Amino acid sequence: MLSREGRQGLTLISPPLLYALLMLAAPLAMVVTFSFWSQNYLDLDTTITLKNYRDAWTKPIYRVLIMRSLNISIMVTIVTVLLAFPMAYFLSFRVKRHKALWLFLITIPFWTSYLLRVFLWKVILGYNGVLNSALMGLGLIDEPMTFILYNVNAVVITLAHAWAPFAILPIFVALERIDRSLLEAAEDLGDGPVRRFFRVTLPLAMPGVMAATLIVLIPTVGDFITPKLVGGREGLMISNMIQIQFGKANNAPLGAALAITSMVIVASISLVIYMAGRWFRGRTP
Amino acid sequence: MTEQSIIDIRGVHKSFGRVEALKGIDLTIREGEFFSLLGPSGCGKTTLLRMIAGFDEPTSGVVMIGGQSMAGIPANKRPTNMVFQSYAIFPHLSVSDNVGYGLAKKKMSRAEKAEEVNNALAMVDLEGYGERSAHELSGGQRQRVALARALVMKPRVVLLDEPLSALDKKLREQMQVELRALQQSVGITFILVTHDQEEALIMSDRIAVLFEGEIAQLDSPQRLYRQPINQRVASFIGVMNFLEATAEASSGGDLSLTIPALGSVSMHAAQVPEGTDVAAIAQIGMRPEMLTILFDETDKAACESTGEVVGTSYYGDMTYYSVKLSKAEQPVTVSMRNTAGRSIVPPGTAVRLGWGADSIVLFPS
Repeated sequence: MLSREGRQGLTLISPPLLYALLMLAAPLAMVVTFSFWSQNYLDLDTTITLKNYRDAWTKPIYRVLIMRSLNISIMVTIVTVLLAFPMAYFLSFRVKRHKALWLFLITIPFWTSYLLRVFLWKVILGYNGVLNSALMGLGLIDEPMTFILYNVNAVVITLAHAWAPFAILPIFVALERIDRSLLEAAEDLGDGPVRRFFRVTLPLAMPGVMAATLIVLIPTVGDFITPKLVGGREGLMISNMIQIQFGKANNAPLGAALAITSMVIVASISLVIYMAGRWFRGRTP
Repeated sequence: MTEQSIIDIRGVHKSFGRVEALKGIDLTIREGEFFSLLGPSGCGKTTLLRMIAGFDEPTSGVVMIGGQSMAGIPANKRPTNMVFQSYAIFPHLSVSDNVGYGLAKKKMSRAEKAEEVNNALAMVDLEGYGERSAHELSGGQRQRVALARALVMKPRVVLLDEPLSALDKKLREQMQVELRALQQSVGITFILVTHDQEEALIMSDRIAVLFEGEIAQLDSPQRLYRQPINQRVASFIGVMNFLEATAEASSGGDLSLTIPALGSVSMHAAQVPEGTDVAAIAQIGMRPEMLTILFDETDKAACESTGEVVGTSYYGDMTYYSVKLSKAEQPVTVSMRNTAGRSIVPPGTAVRLGWGADSIVLFPS
């Protein structure tokens, strides 16, 4: 028998709970089920099998794609967080007035669609693109740089830009929460700005850095639009393969197994990062 | 305590935009004394403390510590350590690491540092608390950690920014006594910023009262209470009854006072502060405890007046009576120690008031 409060709570959360179950848990359960079936040309063979997982874990192509996806998203995460930190720091410590306006400015890239932003990077990074023409016009390079589009670099640049605000905001919030008298205390106790940063500011900003890391890492592993548009052949990621399996290749069970595989890998990496973050916070310098 | 000065502040002004926070402060703080900066909020006392610590630079003037100008010297290079109002205990560090924070740079072995930390913790009665984390501490314990963290640095000056304001009354009173005792045992100069006049009186060797960025009076607690320089200082420190009065010099430097509300009295030359401008005297002040209600008919006082009780406030050990004098409109406050067997006199009772010339403070108009 539920208490009055319990029933009230249940009533309150039931609409979103229902929605989440219907739109999130059910499809996920379906994908899991699919991954244990197999494709028999036009029909699905519903006998339970581990064949898809065997393929996903042993065939070199999938391993290469998963490793590449992880590499790219880890690189994107590092670049994004490293770039976001100074921005968040500036916003929190240097901007005295109109902080809301600055935060608002950071969201401006989101006013256009994701697709459009990826295309714009294509325009900037292309062979005859903005960057190459500008640098050639300035006489800094003799011929267009080709290593900036249709490869891994382009994917990293584009994704780092796209996810920057998601990294800036949690770090900014963590920095805002630091009691300024702690920084004065550190200075009072003999620390210069650099020591103080590593002994007080960074450890206390760590929850924000962790949040930023996870927020960027998790979705970028699964991104397939950016690699498809700017990644070229060597920039393709596992999600492109999953998309192909569900689409053209018509092998949804294999696609599902690949999706579950990458989900499990991302989840375990996130867990490791989370634990590392806790360890870092708990440790005393 | 010596006469040697440790801090010299010369002509210090500080402006924040158009607001002038400090308007020319000249101040010498002696080596080893417990010095308080007392004033209402916004009087500039915290600004002055932060300037000594190195968190603010004066707009003009100079702050010297140990005879050396501190201009351009950042907080981390000054021989001062601060106990912050919020305590500023590092939340990600244990108690030991908080206390030992400032030792990181010092050339000492790990064991020596641990020893110093333990000594500092012992000094504030927190032995065995080293491994605890900051949020396992009560307010009073955090305050002690902050103090130990400053003392472990062996600074020449410890700066305390309203360190007791966040504690409850009982704990605050206990800490006032402990802090004072600790300061006397280590012999380091303490500078306390407070808005609590009682706290300043209890703890300090000397007190500077600040109003609107200027030092109104700098004196020992006793002199500050007994001889406030003007009405504003008098009413900021404790309670003071103000009465209209005129004075005339009489033979031998004695003062003949006419107080319409109380009567006439002669003040002995020895009790008249030096340099008093007799002609300018327009008001006198009397502390509530210097007035006595003469409950028994046999009670006698140097001077007597009559009045009527119009209100009472019971404080347990004391009762504050509001007494309307027969010859004045405004009531005076009289404090009486509550003794066994005497009940509070209810409002409406006619009473005799006893007072003496030796308790009178003279104020010019």
